[in-house]
Amino acid sequence: MTSTFRTAEGGLIDRTTTLEFTFDGQTHTGHPGDTLASALLAAGRHQIATSIKLGRPRGVAAAWAEDPGGLVQIEEPFPEPMLPATTVELYGGLVAHGLPGQGRLADVPDSARYDAVHHHVDVLVVGAGPAGLAAALTAARAGARVALVDEQAEAGGSLLSGTDRLDGAPAPTWVAAAVAELAGHPEVLHLQRTTAFGSYDDGFVLALERRTDHLGAAAPKHTSRQRVWRIRARSIVVATGSHERPVVFTDNDRPGIMLAGAARTFLHRYGVLPGREAVVFTTNDSAYDAALDLHRAGVRVQAVVDARPEGSPQRREECERAGIRVLSGAVVVGTQGVDRVTHAVVAPFADGEVGSSSAIGCDLLLVSGGWNPAVHLFSQARGRLRYDEGLGAFLPGEELDGLSVTGSAAGVFDLAGCLADGQRVARAALSAQAIAPTGEDRLPSAPEPVVPTAPLVLWRVPDTSGAEGATQFVDLQRDATVADIARAVGAGLRSIEHIKRYTTIGTAHDQGKTSGVLTSGITAELLGVPVRDTGTTTFRPPYTPVAFAALAGRDRGRLFDPERVTALHEWHVTAGAVFEDVGQWKRPRYYPRPGEDMEAAVLRECAAARTGVGILDGSTLGKIDVQGPDAAVLMDRLYTNLMSSLKVGSVRYGVMCGVDGMVIDDGTVLRLAEDRFLVLTTTGGAAKILDWMEEWIQTEWPDLRVHCTSVTEQWVTFPVVGPRSRDVIGAVFPDVDVSNEAFPFMTWRDTDLEGVPVRLARISFSGELAFEVYVNPWYAVAVWQRLLEAGRPFGITPYGTETMHVLRAEKGYPIIGQDTDGTVTPHDLGMAWAVSKKKPDFIGKRSFARVANQDPLRKQLVGLLPVDRQTVLPEGSQIVEFLHDGQLPPPPVPMLGHVTSSYRSAELGRPFALALVKGGRERVGDTVHVPVNGTLVPVEVTGSVLVDPEGARRDG
Amino acid sequence: MQLIECPWCGPREEVEFHYGGQAHVPYPDNPAELTDEEWAHYVFFRDNTKGRFAERWNHTVGCRRWFNAVRDTTTYRFERVSRLDDPKPVTS
Repeated sequence: MTSTFRTAEGGLIDRTTTLEFTFDGQTHTGHPGDTLASALLAAGRHQIATSIKLGRPRGVAAAWAEDPGGLVQIEEPFPEPMLPATTVELYGGLVAHGLPGQGRLADVPDSARYDAVHHHVDVLVVGAGPAGLAAALTAARAGARVALVDEQAEAGGSLLSGTDRLDGAPAPTWVAAAVAELAGHPEVLHLQRTTAFGSYDDGFVLALERRTDHLGAAAPKHTSRQRVWRIRARSIVVATGSHERPVVFTDNDRPGIMLAGAARTFLHRYGVLPGREAVVFTTNDSAYDAALDLHRAGVRVQAVVDARPEGSPQRREECERAGIRVLSGAVVVGTQGVDRVTHAVVAPFADGEVGSSSAIGCDLLLVSGGWNPAVHLFSQARGRLRYDEGLGAFLPGEELDGLSVTGSAAGVFDLAGCLADGQRVARAALSAQAIAPTGEDRLPSAPEPVVPTAPLVLWRVPDTSGAEGATQFVDLQRDATVADIARAVGAGLRSIEHIKRYTTIGTAHDQGKTSGVLTSGITAELLGVPVRDTGTTTFRPPYTPVAFAALAGRDRGRLFDPERVTALHEWHVTAGAVFEDVGQWKRPRYYPRPGEDMEAAVLRECAAARTGVGILDGSTLGKIDVQGPDAAVLMDRLYTNLMSSLKVGSVRYGVMCGVDGMVIDDGTVLRLAEDRFLVLTTTGGAAKILDWMEEWIQTEWPDLRVHCTSVTEQWVTFPVVGPRSRDVIGAVFPDVDVSNEAFPFMTWRDTDLEGVPVRLARISFSGELAFEVYVNPWYAVAVWQRLLEAGRPFGITPYGTETMHVLRAEKGYPIIGQDTDGTVTPHDLGMAWAVSKKKPDFIGKRSFARVANQDPLRKQLVGLLPVDRQTVLPEGSQIVEFLHDGQLPPPPVPMLGHVTSSYRSAELGRPFALALVKGGRERVGDTVHVPVNGTLVPVEVTGSVLVDPEGARRDG
Repeated sequence: MQLIECPWCGPREEVEFHYGGQAHVPYPDNPAELTDEEWAHYVFFRDNTKGRFAERWNHTVGCRRWFNAVRDTTTYRFERVSRLDDPKPVTS
C-alpha cells in the first residue's frame, strides 16, 4: 500500500530508506524514525483494535505512552503483548496486530539478555525537552556529574512536535547542538530510549533503557535488550513535560478522534497527516496551533470549536486570516461514524447548557481539554500536589529535598519560560551541593511568550443523547465511562481511590495518563465538592510498564541464587548422584545404580552403613571457629549444656536455644585448645548461628575476649560410617591408633597424610561406629579416593542425604527445623540430659522454669510404627486417636500432633516415623491413627530411638 | 531505596541491613530472680512507638556490626546512628 497520508516533505524520518512491516496480515511501509502508529496513520489506518469489553473500534488517540487506544501485540521478531503502537519504533520485518484487550506471552523462552547498571551522579535530569536540556547543560557546564535520561528515541521533547525557533533557527537545530555539547562533557551520561519509571528514597531512581528493541531482528546478540539503570542522584531534576487532557463527550472514542497536540507530533515529527478534514474542539489556546499547522499542511480545518464563551480573541484572528471558521461558546456533543469518525456533532454551549446541534463532516476530530503536568516522579517521592483552579490540573505543591520539578511538569507552558526555569532549577541544585555554576551558561533566544487567553476547565460535555454518559468514555482502555463513575458515586463511594478500583479507571497499561485527572474532575462534579478535595489517586511506579524480565536482569535460572557446591561436586556428578538443594548447597541425595529408584538406592545405602561401611560428603555442615580467652564462657552461655568442662581433644553434643527456651540449633563442639572451639552447626543453620553468636558478643557481652569466624569452606568433612569404618580409617591413616581405647567415642585427633594435615573425629550421626575425616578442600578428592580405595574390600558405599536422614531418624536424632518448629524445647526432644543444671544461667534457661514448660501434655518427640508394616506416613500428617468406644470424637477432631520425619527402614524391615505428639512419652505403646489418603492408618507409639537403643554399636 | 548510615562504613543501601528491633533492652542481670511476667516482658514485649524510636540495626552484608539508630517510624527517616558504646539517646 502506498503512504497516502505522508506529507511531501518534512518530519524527522529518514525518507531515503523504506521499511516493510506487517500489521493485521497486511504489508505496509514506513521509514526509520517512524513509530508503528505513525506508519499506520501514514497508510490512512486509524483503527488499531476493538475495545476490551464493548468491542468498539479504537484507534490511535495520542502520540506516545499516554495513548489509551492503540494497543498491539508484536509477533515478530519476538512475541510481546500490550505495547502501545505509538511507542513501537518501526523496523523492517515487524509483524504485529491490534489487540482487543489481552495479549499473549511468548511460548518460547526469551533468549534476550537483560542487565542492570548502578550509576551515581550529582544531578539526574529526567526528560530531554527544553527545560531538561537547559538544566542538563547548566549542570554539565558547571562540571557536575550529570545523567540525562529521556524516554523517546531522540532528545527534544515538545520541540520535536512544533514549529518553535531558537536562536533564529528551527528548534531541532538547537537540540542537536545541545546534545553534541553534552556529549563533549566527560562526566555526562546521556541516555535516550530510557524511561525513569520510579523515584524512591534518597535520590534513587530506576530507569529502563530499551537498547535493541528498535532494531528488530537486527539486534546484536551480544547487547542486552533492556537495561535497568539504578541511579543514585544527589539532586533530581524532573522535566517530564505534560500530558494533554481530552474533554469527555458522547461517543468520544471513535478512531480518528485524537489529542490536538498528538496531531502536531504526527505532522511535524513523522510527516504524517492524521486526516483530510479536521474539526478541532478545545478549551484552551494550545489546540489552535494544531489547527493552523494542519491547515498549512493542506488539511481542511472545518471548524475550531472553542468551549470558552469568547474563545481566544487573538487566536480567532489568526484563524480568520487563514480562513478557518471558529465557533466560540460551542462544544462537541457527539460524533458519528463506525470504524472512523465521519461527523462531529456541534452545539452552542453557555452556562453549562447545550443548545441545538448540527453535524460537521470530518475524518479527524482533535480534542484539547488542557494539560496535566507529568508529576509522577515527584508524587512517587511523596511530594504533595496542589490543584490549580485556573489550569484544572495538579501541580507540585511543595519543595522536596533533592528533587525539583521544572518546565511544563511544573506548570510552565511557554518555551522561554521552560528554558529559564530549567536553568534556574539546575543552578539551585548545584548551589545545594556547593558546586559553582559557570559564567558561560547561555540560553538560546526564544520568541517572546504570548500570554494566552485563560483556559476553561471543562471535564465533560453534558450528554444530550439520553444515554446518561454510557458512551462518554473516560478510560478508553478499560471501557469505563461517565456512567460508571456515576454508578460508583451512587453506590456511596467518595474516595477517588475507591472510585478508581470500582470503575477500574486508571488500572490499564497507560495507568490513567489521560483519564486520571478527568476522573477526579468528574467525580468532584458529581459529588458537588471542589476538585482539590477529591485529589488524585496515588502515583506508584512504574510510570510505564516494565517487563519482569528486565527487573530480573541476570538474576534468573542458575544465576537467581548462588549455587554452593562442595569440593567433591564433580565426583558426585560423575558417580551419578541425584542432587537436592539444602539451602544454597547442592548435596547428593542418593547414588542410584542402574535400575534403582530412590527407595531401592536408599535401602541399599542404609544397609551398607549399618552392616559394612558407608561414606558421606558432609562438607556442608556449618563450622565456626571460636577463639579467645573467654571462648569457653561464650560456649557456656550459648549452649544449654556445660561446654567449659570439655577437655581439649574431646567432642560434645550441644543444643542452643533462643531466649524463649526453644531449640534453634544443635551440633557437636570440638575443643581445640583451652581458648579455642570448633562449633559444628546444621547445614542450614550455619550463617544464622554465626550471626546469633555475633549478636550476643557485640550487643550484650562486649567485654568477652572472643572472636568467631566461619570456616565452613575451609574444611571438607567425610563421615566414614559403619562397623567396618575402623578398618578403613586404620588403613588410610596407619599412624593413628584407631582402637576404641586409644581413640574413644567423642574425641578427635590430628594426623597427617603424606604431609597434608587431617583431623579425625569419632562422631556418629547414625549410631554406628563412625569417624569423621576433616581436610583442606584442596585435598578433598585425593583423600576421598584414598578412603574409597581402602574401603573397597569392605564394599564401601557412598551415601547421600536421604540415607543420612534415615540413619539418624532410626536413632531418634532430630533435625532442627524438620522435627522441630520453634515451639520445641530440649525436654520435648527427650534431651533433658543436654540441659545443664549446674550453670547459673544460659540463653533460654529462665524460660524452662515457666509453668507451660512443665505441662505433661506438651508435644514430645516419639517414634511411630505403622501397624500394617507397609504404609510410609506422609510427613506433615496429623495424628488423631479413637475414643474408648472405638469411634473418632465428633468434629472438630482434636489433633494430637503431626508426623515430622518418615522413612522406610532397611534395618527394621518396615516403615517408621518420628512425630511430635501431645504427651507422647506417656503414650508409648498406645495405638493412635494417622489419616492417609482418606483412610485411618493405625500406628503404634514408640520411643524415639528405634535402632540400637542401648547404643551398643557406636564403638564397633 | 533508602540509604542508611552505618557508623563504621558510611551510607549504604538499606538492603545491606537487617532490622534488630527496639534498642536498649538489656539482658536481665539475674533472670532467675524475675517473675514469669517480668521475664515475659523481656522476651516478648517491645514498644510500638509512632515517631522517634531507638532501634538496633545490623550491617548484615557489610561490616556485620550492630549499631543503634533513632528513626522516625512514620517517615522512616534516620535521625542519628550511634555505635553500641555511645550513650543511649533521649527519644521522648
